[in-house]
Amino acid sequence: MMYKAAQFSKNKFSLQFILLSLFALILGNLFGVLAGFQYIIPDFLKELLPFTKMRPFHDSSVTSWIVLAATGSIYFVLSNVEDLTIFSPKLTKIHFYLFLIIGILIFISIGTGYMGGREYVAFMPILIVPILLGWILFGYNYFKTVLNRVKNWPVYYWMWGTGIVFMIFHLAEAHFWFSPYFRENFVRDLTVQWKSYGSFVGSWNQLVYGLSIYIMAKIKNDDSVGRGKLPFFFYFLGLTNLMFGWAHHTYIIPTQPWIRYVAYGISMTEWIILGYMIYSWKKSLSEEKKENNTLAYQFLMAADFWIFINLILALLISIPIINFFSHGTHITVAHSMGTTIGINTTILLSSLFYIASRIDSNFKDNIKQLLTGFYIFNGSLIVFFGALIAAGLKRSEWMYFSKNMPFAEMKINLANNYYVFLISGIVMFIGILMLTIPLFKVFLKAYKISAKA
Amino acid sequence: MNFKKYENKHRNRVIISVLVFTFIIYNYFVYSSGTENHAPKLTEEAIKGQDLWQENNCWTCHQLYGLGGYLGPDLTNIISHPNKGENYIKGFINSGVKSMPKYNFTETEKDQIIAFLRAVDQTGYFPNYKANLQPNGWVELNYKSADSISHPSNK
Repeated sequence: MMYKAAQFSKNKFSLQFILLSLFALILGNLFGVLAGFQYIIPDFLKELLPFTKMRPFHDSSVTSWIVLAATGSIYFVLSNVEDLTIFSPKLTKIHFYLFLIIGILIFISIGTGYMGGREYVAFMPILIVPILLGWILFGYNYFKTVLNRVKNWPVYYWMWGTGIVFMIFHLAEAHFWFSPYFRENFVRDLTVQWKSYGSFVGSWNQLVYGLSIYIMAKIKNDDSVGRGKLPFFFYFLGLTNLMFGWAHHTYIIPTQPWIRYVAYGISMTEWIILGYMIYSWKKSLSEEKKENNTLAYQFLMAADFWIFINLILALLISIPIINFFSHGTHITVAHSMGTTIGINTTILLSSLFYIASRIDSNFKDNIKQLLTGFYIFNGSLIVFFGALIAAGLKRSEWMYFSKNMPFAEMKINLANNYYVFLISGIVMFIGILMLTIPLFKVFLKAYKISAKA
Repeated sequence: MNFKKYENKHRNRVIISVLVFTFIIYNYFVYSSGTENHAPKLTEEAIKGQDLWQENNCWTCHQLYGLGGYLGPDLTNIISHPNKGENYIKGFINSGVKSMPKYNFTETEKDQIIAFLRAVDQTGYFPNYKANLQPNGWVELNYKSADSISHPSNK
């Protein structure tokens, strides 16, 4: 195998971020599968790891995967592909160890039951302070690295910068409930909580989508992919969505109607943005360039498919009358799984395959196994997504048209959906393992070599 | 060419500034008048109940306004449900049936959780069965009127 180790010794912490992210992805999938069993066998691991702990473990792990993979990829491409000198490798080191310690504390917090947070941020609320500090360090290091050193920023530099800044704001906003002003007014509290969730997902989307545009530009070897009026038009549209397009999560909360008018108006045009860009890029890409970046390319194409599917779903559930029936059902879960797995994970895997192919020029020797993993992952995700949509339709039918049916009976009616959901989840986990283990080996070897260099 | 680059850079900064300024104004209204409602403020007891709701991760399985996990039912209006209400919750909460963990809430803690759920119930309806579904796709929510809300101190 040919490792370009010395070349990657500039910032070994980017590799540590990536290794940790892959570990979090595997762990997140494992917790997801175990949680799936609890839907079918209520007593499964109930004493050891009840659903009230299993779900926070799953949520925290997969969120960590997205954040760490995006962060590691950005650090890597800045220092190793763009050939910029990271402003402070020491800050990168502190950032990494801070996030590692926070990750361990989050797991201890959930495992021991000392939590007190809310959905997606279930850990002890005080941990938000070092988390914010980590993001501030990242932002400071990022801006000091690229400001005044890169002229005429391509769009992905803007996306990464705004992604970091808005992540800091919206993570803080998710904890505004510390203030009695928010907490004493339940409608305000719940609305702001879900506003922050919608927007911090929008913020990490800026990081992830920025990476996808970056990879497109590099595979095509055409810098114009990230420059010009069109990419910036779409970037600003995405940013507008991040700021004002969150409220489809809260249509049903009795806020003032203008909040819903704004959200409905802005809707979720963000999906169109990236879909259009990938589509335009694919049309103009030569066969040779596709061949040389097979896996990164395949994953971006899969992301294109998932953007298309999620675009349809997102647009539908942004229509208030459809949202009225879909809200509070598994259709919402399908939407969030479709975006976090289908889009975010697919783009991040594309990014990691792109980086792996730069580290190890023989990485594509594994292509058969990796492509099998790719098809298993995407095929099972389609079934998984379909099972959630079908479960959501049944639940909606129960909520609005079979009100007298007890909840327990409705759940029995959903049993088949849960079986399909669980089996496809297990198959997806196998696909993820087939993809992540070879990646993990490449990054671990590169890390060991770079650590010695 | 350089002039054009300068123009682009300037244009991007102007757009970002306008967006951020609008965002600040927008947030101000979301945090204030946009989320005003008739429901009374959460009492100290209700806030303690909400602490218990969070510390025990009730949201992993249950929803409020359809937001939360789907393993258990939505509890937005459980307090005013004709067949459920406070006694049903008190009887159920420590039962440990099916996926529900076996809790050991004291009577005081049960009262606090009920105070929280009562406060939630007073804010509105979910599902909002009396919402006005309009042919153009818009939904006019049915709000809980001030008259229909009883003050928590009266309970």
